[in-house]
Amino acid sequence: MRFAVLVFPGSNCDIDCEKAIQKVLGEPIDFVWHTQRNLDDYDAIIVPGGFSYGDYLRAGALARFSPVMEGVVKAATEGKLVLGICNGFQILQEAGLLPGAMRMNDHLKFRCDIQPLTVVNNSLPFTQDYQMNETIRLPIAHGQGNFYCDEATHYELTQKGQIVFRYQGDNPNGSVDDIAGVCNQAGNVLGLMPHPERAIVEWMGSQDGGKMFTSMLRYWEEKIGAA
Amino acid sequence: MQPNQKSKETTMGMEPTPEEIRDRQLFSELGLTPSEYQQVQHHLGRLPNWTELGIYSVMWSEHCSYKNSKPLLKRLPTDGPRVLQGPGEGAGVIDIGDGQAVVFKIESHNHPTAVEPFQGAATGVGGIIRDVFSMGARPVALLNSLRFGPLESPRVRYLFEQAVAGIAHYGNIVGIPTVGGEVEFDATYEGNPLVNAMCVGIIDHEDLQQGVAKGIGNPVIYVGASTGRDGIHGATFASEELSDASEEKRPSVQAGDPFMEKLLMEACLELVQKEILLGIQDMGAAGLTCSSAEMTAKGGVGLDLYLDDVPQREVGMTPYEIMLSESQERMLLVVAEGREAEVKEVLDKWELPSAVVGRVTEGNRYRIFHHRECVADMPVNTLVDDAPINYRQGEEPSSYRDGTTASHQDLHHLDATDALQQVLRAPSLASKRWVYQQYDSMVRTSTAVRPGSDAAVIVLDGFDKALAMSVDGNSRYVKLDPWVGGASAVAEAARNVVCAGARPLAITDCLNFGNPEKPEVFWQLENAIDGMGEACRQLATPVVGGNVSLYNETKGVAIHPTPVVGMVGLVESQEHITTQSFKQAGDVLLLLGSNRGELGGSELQQQVLGSISGRPPVLDLEAEKALQSTVLHLIQTKTVSSAHDLSTGGLAVALAEAAFANALGVHMDVKTDLETIPYLFGESQSRVLLSLPKESVAKAISMADEKGVPWCQLGEVRGDRLSITINGSEVISQPVSRLQTIWEEAIPCAMNASLTN
Repeated sequence: MRFAVLVFPGSNCDIDCEKAIQKVLGEPIDFVWHTQRNLDDYDAIIVPGGFSYGDYLRAGALARFSPVMEGVVKAATEGKLVLGICNGFQILQEAGLLPGAMRMNDHLKFRCDIQPLTVVNNSLPFTQDYQMNETIRLPIAHGQGNFYCDEATHYELTQKGQIVFRYQGDNPNGSVDDIAGVCNQAGNVLGLMPHPERAIVEWMGSQDGGKMFTSMLRYWEEKIGAA
Repeated sequence: MQPNQKSKETTMGMEPTPEEIRDRQLFSELGLTPSEYQQVQHHLGRLPNWTELGIYSVMWSEHCSYKNSKPLLKRLPTDGPRVLQGPGEGAGVIDIGDGQAVVFKIESHNHPTAVEPFQGAATGVGGIIRDVFSMGARPVALLNSLRFGPLESPRVRYLFEQAVAGIAHYGNIVGIPTVGGEVEFDATYEGNPLVNAMCVGIIDHEDLQQGVAKGIGNPVIYVGASTGRDGIHGATFASEELSDASEEKRPSVQAGDPFMEKLLMEACLELVQKEILLGIQDMGAAGLTCSSAEMTAKGGVGLDLYLDDVPQREVGMTPYEIMLSESQERMLLVVAEGREAEVKEVLDKWELPSAVVGRVTEGNRYRIFHHRECVADMPVNTLVDDAPINYRQGEEPSSYRDGTTASHQDLHHLDATDALQQVLRAPSLASKRWVYQQYDSMVRTSTAVRPGSDAAVIVLDGFDKALAMSVDGNSRYVKLDPWVGGASAVAEAARNVVCAGARPLAITDCLNFGNPEKPEVFWQLENAIDGMGEACRQLATPVVGGNVSLYNETKGVAIHPTPVVGMVGLVESQEHITTQSFKQAGDVLLLLGSNRGELGGSELQQQVLGSISGRPPVLDLEAEKALQSTVLHLIQTKTVSSAHDLSTGGLAVALAEAAFANALGVHMDVKTDLETIPYLFGESQSRVLLSLPKESVAKAISMADEKGVPWCQLGEVRGDRLSITINGSEVISQPVSRLQTIWEEAIPCAMNASLTN
């Protein structure tokens, strides 16, 4: 399974994603510069965290115009796996691949912590190795993670199982319905504010992120096996 | 070459002519004394023009030349078997084996923060990051040491909130984790807060860079943000006392762009990897002037600078403004002639503005051209190496002599539970979660010990080893006895990294003091440096870089002398990484070190009496060495579950802090000749609280005995209460959760107070 991790000017978690994939899966992963349009060589695309273009406008608002996003849209349409983490989630929202929008955290401050989450949907390519309603702990680090959508959208997300992770305990940013991560209707594009790549080995404080990557690999292997 | 001596028209009117400068003594506006002005004339053999004078004034400011502190700094030990680069470059470099080195430095940004806290603090972080990557190193961690006035003041709350937000903004966007630090609150900093930022980087030996210009005819390349009018004379501003007029110096504060910094960092590190650079230096304090002059002087060459080619963000800038601008996120590179295109290719990829702005020349002339005219021509050595040095004399203040007679009997009657709650509630001692939650402490996925323990720990990709780091300083001790306080700062920083499982390697220091022209302040500086130097020699941790921030005064009153020590230690194996928190019920509590019940300068004294008096705790460096060696040995032999340095608040606070993280209680029952309050809250140095499994106790005790370290078995980790019995009577019995709430909520509550009341 070949992974691409995108690199925009201002991406900070690109190397962390590469390290995590290598550590957990040992599968090949390439850094792909934001000017590259074609992502046909890849089975999964990770849009990493950071501050693309400084996020001086709205988080993700500039990155979504990068040439590489053409390839991301194509991959998503083809049913390949697209994972947006933190700033990557924001970019996928701005690109229209995921629902909702991000506002400033309700307390108006950046928040970094290790946050308990509930797995709300474990039937996705990204979550099948988790238990339904399992509590996991993942690091968060963001200033604009306050997920917002209108009531109609929220109803639809609930009905279609698109809410994938919820914050447990104190909501760290004020997001609607404690939403921490959502997927598209097809289930092949996931965005989440927490950082699975930061929870891989014991000294990180949690190892709960690894299952997201093992889920992706198992999905791909089964798909290839079935084909 | 005789430069054009005509005055330039500026947005502020006409620049003064050389004759006007002399006749109206305008050099004093730039912070130069009449004698320094005479020296400039002597060096040039003529009257300096406004541009030249501006350049001399920043290069000869304390900030750039250390003219007041240099004779003292020479007393610090700067060499050792692991030192690859001592003071004098962007940052110090220490060998950590496997062909790798750690690169680190701390720097102050106090005055900018006092007038514009968000940008002032943010650009402090930006500057120190550039110092580290200009060495060729990849920055891997940030720390900071902050001092503010009491949070009761709305102005202080504003400064504190904005400074923390600024630090978070910059570090988070650049993508370097902020892994540790310290914050203290004291009335002495009300008008003059301190923001000291530290950066730690990793490098392979062969990638080490230098800030030097070499090779006659080689191009000097400017890269990064364009030059604007921000921060003009920042270095001079940093070298004078703050006053009501300081608010007018807001233009002396720069605005930071961490996104630009991120691009600049990646581009420079790519150039390092491609082995293209001959010299590289950050344009920090005194901007283009200081970086180009220092590189030129170090290379023993001359330089021609062409200011028309400098990227500028404003029109009509004069040579004076371009040379003295402190616009952020700029670097100066020197490469071999003919490699300009290779450099440009990398810089273009990162979408960074760049330009060839000068050439290395033969000789020692530092010449500046603007609009095809020479506008300045100076011997470069007179700017750097021959900067004036002031040899000052210190004078022992009378308050120091009075200190010997102080007694602390007035604290002995306190109820121990009340006293504990009072110190846990004190913002200096309370949980700093409100602060560090705003910093991304985990980006780069190498942070093994996050903020909140004695020292932070970063693992190194591909190796079993790790780095521990800590910043420390206790200005109350320094105020009461500068020598002891200076030495204690080094000892505590070392103790902190030892408690994390590391061998202390070296320090970087930031010396925050008042006006050195005052004999009492100079006495503080001199003694603190001597104390630090002795501790560094004893603990084998040389000083490999740092920064001096003098003139920290408001309306003529100096801050407490505040030397801050940034220590880096090497953890040999990730298995040795240790934190301060108790791990499991049933573990035995063992206290190493002597308790002398010393309350002088203690947190309890400050909180209860509102002032400090007496002498600070004694520091016995032999005892400190024995303690650290014992603790490190016990950690490396996996004998202990936790290790926590005793510092402010003494034993009672150390027990509480170790109990909090895992909500584990303490059952302690001891006999002592000391009274309860000094026993629990005295701040005797060279002490470490260990928790360890029962079966390891005998081994730990025999090791302590062997090294001559006094020990005391206090009790055990048990239940969910902090229960302390002394000489048969229970003096504290509180649920850990209740104490933790007091400790956790102190700063958030103080910050939630209305900004308008």
